[in-house]
Amino acid sequence: MKLANPELSVWVSMGDGDSMAIGGNHLIHAVRRNQDLNVTIFNNEIYGLTKGQYSPTTKFGQVTKTSPFGTIDYPFNPGELVMGAQGTFFARTLDCVPQLTTECMTHAAQHDGCSVVEVLQNCVIFNDKTHAAITDRAVRDDRTIVLEHGKPMLFGKNKEKGLRFNGRLLEVVTLGQDGITIDDIMVHHEDTEDTGIHMMLAHMGGDLPVALGVIRNVKKVSYTQLYEEQMEEQMQSGKYKCMDDLLNSGDTWEV
Amino acid sequence: MSENQIINKEDLVVRFAGDSGDGMQLSGTLFSDASALTGNDIATFPDYPAEIRAPHNTIAGVSGYQVHVGNHIYSSGDKCDILVAMNPASFKSNLKWAKRGATVIVDIDTFTEEALQKAGYTDDPFTDEFERAYTIIKAPITSFTSRIGDAVGVDKKTAEKSRNMFALGIIFYATHKALDHTFAYLERKFAKKPQVVQLNKAVLTEGYEYADKLEVMHSHIVEVAKADQMAKGRYRNITGNVATAWGLLAASEKSGRRLFLGSYPITPATDIMVELAKHKSLGARVFQAEDEIAGICSAIGASYAGALACTSTSGPGLSLKSEALGLAVMTELPLVVVDVQRGGPSTGLPTKTEQSDLAQALYGRNGEAPLVVVAASSSANCFYWAYEAAKLALEHMTPVILLTDGYLGNGSQLFRIPKMDDMPAISPRLATPGDTEYRPFKRDPETFARQWALPGMEGLRHRVGGLEKAPEGNLSTDPENHALMVRNRQEKVNRVANYIPDQTVTGNPDAELLVVGWGGTAGALTLAVEELNNEGKKVAYTHFNYICPLPKNTGDLLRRYKKIVVCELNSGQFANYLRSQFPECAMTQYNKVMGLPFEVGELKEHFNSLLG
Repeated sequence: MKLANPELSVWVSMGDGDSMAIGGNHLIHAVRRNQDLNVTIFNNEIYGLTKGQYSPTTKFGQVTKTSPFGTIDYPFNPGELVMGAQGTFFARTLDCVPQLTTECMTHAAQHDGCSVVEVLQNCVIFNDKTHAAITDRAVRDDRTIVLEHGKPMLFGKNKEKGLRFNGRLLEVVTLGQDGITIDDIMVHHEDTEDTGIHMMLAHMGGDLPVALGVIRNVKKVSYTQLYEEQMEEQMQSGKYKCMDDLLNSGDTWEV
Repeated sequence: MSENQIINKEDLVVRFAGDSGDGMQLSGTLFSDASALTGNDIATFPDYPAEIRAPHNTIAGVSGYQVHVGNHIYSSGDKCDILVAMNPASFKSNLKWAKRGATVIVDIDTFTEEALQKAGYTDDPFTDEFERAYTIIKAPITSFTSRIGDAVGVDKKTAEKSRNMFALGIIFYATHKALDHTFAYLERKFAKKPQVVQLNKAVLTEGYEYADKLEVMHSHIVEVAKADQMAKGRYRNITGNVATAWGLLAASEKSGRRLFLGSYPITPATDIMVELAKHKSLGARVFQAEDEIAGICSAIGASYAGALACTSTSGPGLSLKSEALGLAVMTELPLVVVDVQRGGPSTGLPTKTEQSDLAQALYGRNGEAPLVVVAASSSANCFYWAYEAAKLALEHMTPVILLTDGYLGNGSQLFRIPKMDDMPAISPRLATPGDTEYRPFKRDPETFARQWALPGMEGLRHRVGGLEKAPEGNLSTDPENHALMVRNRQEKVNRVANYIPDQTVTGNPDAELLVVGWGGTAGALTLAVEELNNEGKKVAYTHFNYICPLPKNTGDLLRRYKKIVVCELNSGQFANYLRSQFPECAMTQYNKVMGLPFEVGELKEHFNSLLG
C-alpha cells in the first residue's frame, strides 16, 4: 500500500500470533528494509481468537489448551527481534496506561521508517493477568521502568531505583545505598545507532524492570524514501518516456 | 565464398547443445536475431538444466537452444536439421532431437576418453551406422580457438569461452548469412573489453572460413525462405516473459493506474520481474518480496491503494499464494497473477514446460472462490494476454490468473510492434470522491462489479478484508447474506463472458474431428492440423485463451463435432473441465506430461489414428 501510494500513513495492527508466528517472516523483513509502516503488536501471550492455545510469546512452561503439561517452547521477545533485524524504532507500552500508549503511538507515527510498538495486553478470557506481575498497580512502579530520552534510567515509587551497567550486565541499584549517586545511573539514548544497549533494555524482565516507552528511535533513510528517490531519478533520466518508446527500442525492422 | 550449390528450404531447425557454460543460449539467440533481421520468421526454445553449474561434461549439465527459422513459423520445431554438439554429453543427449540425415557439428577436441566416459560412452560414438545416417562435421573447435586466443593475447579460459562463436560461424556459413549483425552485437556487448571483441570476432570469422574450406559444406548450404505472409508493420524479437512484462506496462499506461509488481524469484517466471525492475522510468513499481505470500499480499495492498497490481510466479509459488488469492476474491480487488507453468508437482521440473497448473488456477482456493483465468498461446501474444488480463481485472474488479508456461516464457518469436493508440481502452471502475451513494459492495447491474474506492478518497471511508461482508460493507455472518454474496461473486465472473469474443474454429470447420487445445500448445497444434488438411484430411481446430469463463458459444461449437480430442500437456485437466460443463459432448484426450512441448509429428500420428 505504502509503495503504491506513499502519501498514505499505513498502520499494521498485529497480535503475537501474526507478528511472531504466521507473519513473523514478513515482520522481520519490513523492519530490516525500514519500510515506512507503523506496526502495533498487541501481545497477550496467547492465541485468544482460537480460544487459548500457546503463542510464540507464551511464557515457558505455561499450561494452555495445546500445552496441557506446560509449553516446552522458548518464547520470542518482539523487541529483541526488532533489534536483531536492525529496526529503527521500538517502543513498549501497557494496555492499562493510555497516556503512555498515546505517547508511544505518536512517536511511532512521527518516525520515518518502520516503527514497532508492542502493547502488553491482557486477555481477560484466555490468559487473564498474564502481565499482572508487572502491571498491577501495587507492583507496577517497581517492575517497570519508563525510559525517556536523555534522562537517567530511574524507577520505583519515588524514583529511588536506577539501572547501572556493571561492565557485564545491567543491574538495579538504589540511590543512596553503597554510595550510589545519580551519576552512576545510565542515561537513556534512544538514538544510539548500535543496538547493543537497546537489545539489553528490550530483554529486561525477571529481576530487572520491564522497559517501557520508546526504547529505540534512530534515524535511517527509509525504504520508502529510497524507493521514491530512485523512481524520481529514473523518471527524469530514464531512456523511455512512454510505452511506444520501449516497444520500438533495440533491434527492430520494417516488413 | 567458393562456388556453392544452395538449397532453398521453407524452414530450417538448428539446435545448439553444449555444456551449460558453453554459451549455447547466446549462440542460439544471436542466430535467431540475425535470422529475424534478415527477414525470416522465427521461434526459439531454450532447453536448459536446472543446475547452474552441473558437473562439467555430464549429461545433467547439457544446455540446449533450438531455433526454427523460415517462412511461416508456428513453433520451435520438432527435430533439427543441424545439430551443434560442443561435447560428448550434449551429443549423446541431443542426437535424438536430430532428424535422420541431419548435419551434426561437433567439437572433436572434446571427445577425449575421459569426457566420453563421463557421458556414458564405452565405445566410439561415431559408429558406421551413425556416419551413414548423418552428415558429421568433426571440427577441432577448441584447438582453433586456443590458437586464436594466443594470437590475440588472452588467457586459455577466456579463449575457451569463445568456442560458441566458432560453431556460430559454421552455422552462419551453412545458412548463407552474413556476420555483421553478430559483429555489431559483440562490439556493443564488450565495448569496454576490446580484446574480447577482437577474440570473438576472429573466432566467429575462423568458424565461417573453416566451413568454407569443407568440401561437404558446399552441397549443404541452405537458403531459408523469408517470411512472405507477415502483416506489414514494424517487428522485433521478443520472449514470452518480456512480452508479459510489457503487456502489463502497456495496460498501466493505458489505464492510468500505477503498475505494481510484488514478486519472489522463481524459475521460469523471474524474467518478468527482472524486466519490470528496469522500467522505473515508465512508472513500474517492483517490490522483491521475502516470499511468494508477501509478493501477492503486497500486490493486494497496492491494489487496495489504487495500483494496477500484479504478482508473477510459477506452480509451487501459486500454491503458496492460494490463501491470499482468496483474500483478493473476497475483497473484490483487481489483481493480475501470472503463472508461468513448469513441470510439477512440488518443485518438480523447474526449467521444463507443462500445463498442469490449470486445475490449481481454476479451483485451488478454499471456499467458493471464482476468478477469471486466461491463457497466452504464443511468446509474442503474452503481450496481449497480459494486457487483456489487466483490462479484465480493472474493469470487472476481480483477480485474474494469466497462465503462460516455460516454453512460451523463455521461447522467443517475432512480435509485430503495436501502437499504444491502437490498444483497446481500459476503464477502471473508480468510485467518485464524495459519492454519498457509495457502498463497498454495491454492484454495477451489468457486470456485477463493485466500485473501487481508494484510501484517501473524500467521504468513502470503508474497510475490506477476508471476513464476509454485507453489501453495505459491514461484517456479516447472516446465512442469507453469505449465500447472496457467494452467488454475486460467481455471477460477476460469469458475466465476463458478455465482454469476450466468441470462440472460433480454424482448419476445416466442416470436419468430423475437432482438435481442442488451450494455452501454450497452439504452435504445434496449428501446424499439425494445417499439415493434415494440406494432405487432404479433414480436421477442425479450436484453441482456447479464455478459460474461465469460457466464450459463450463454446457448448454450441463443441456439439457440432462427432469426435473431439482435447490436447494438453497434463493428464486431462482442461478435458475434465470441459466435460463438467458439457457432459453431453464425448471427448477423448491426447496428453503428454514429460516436461516437453508437443511435437507436430506425434500429434499428426494421433489425429490420423482418430481419423481411421
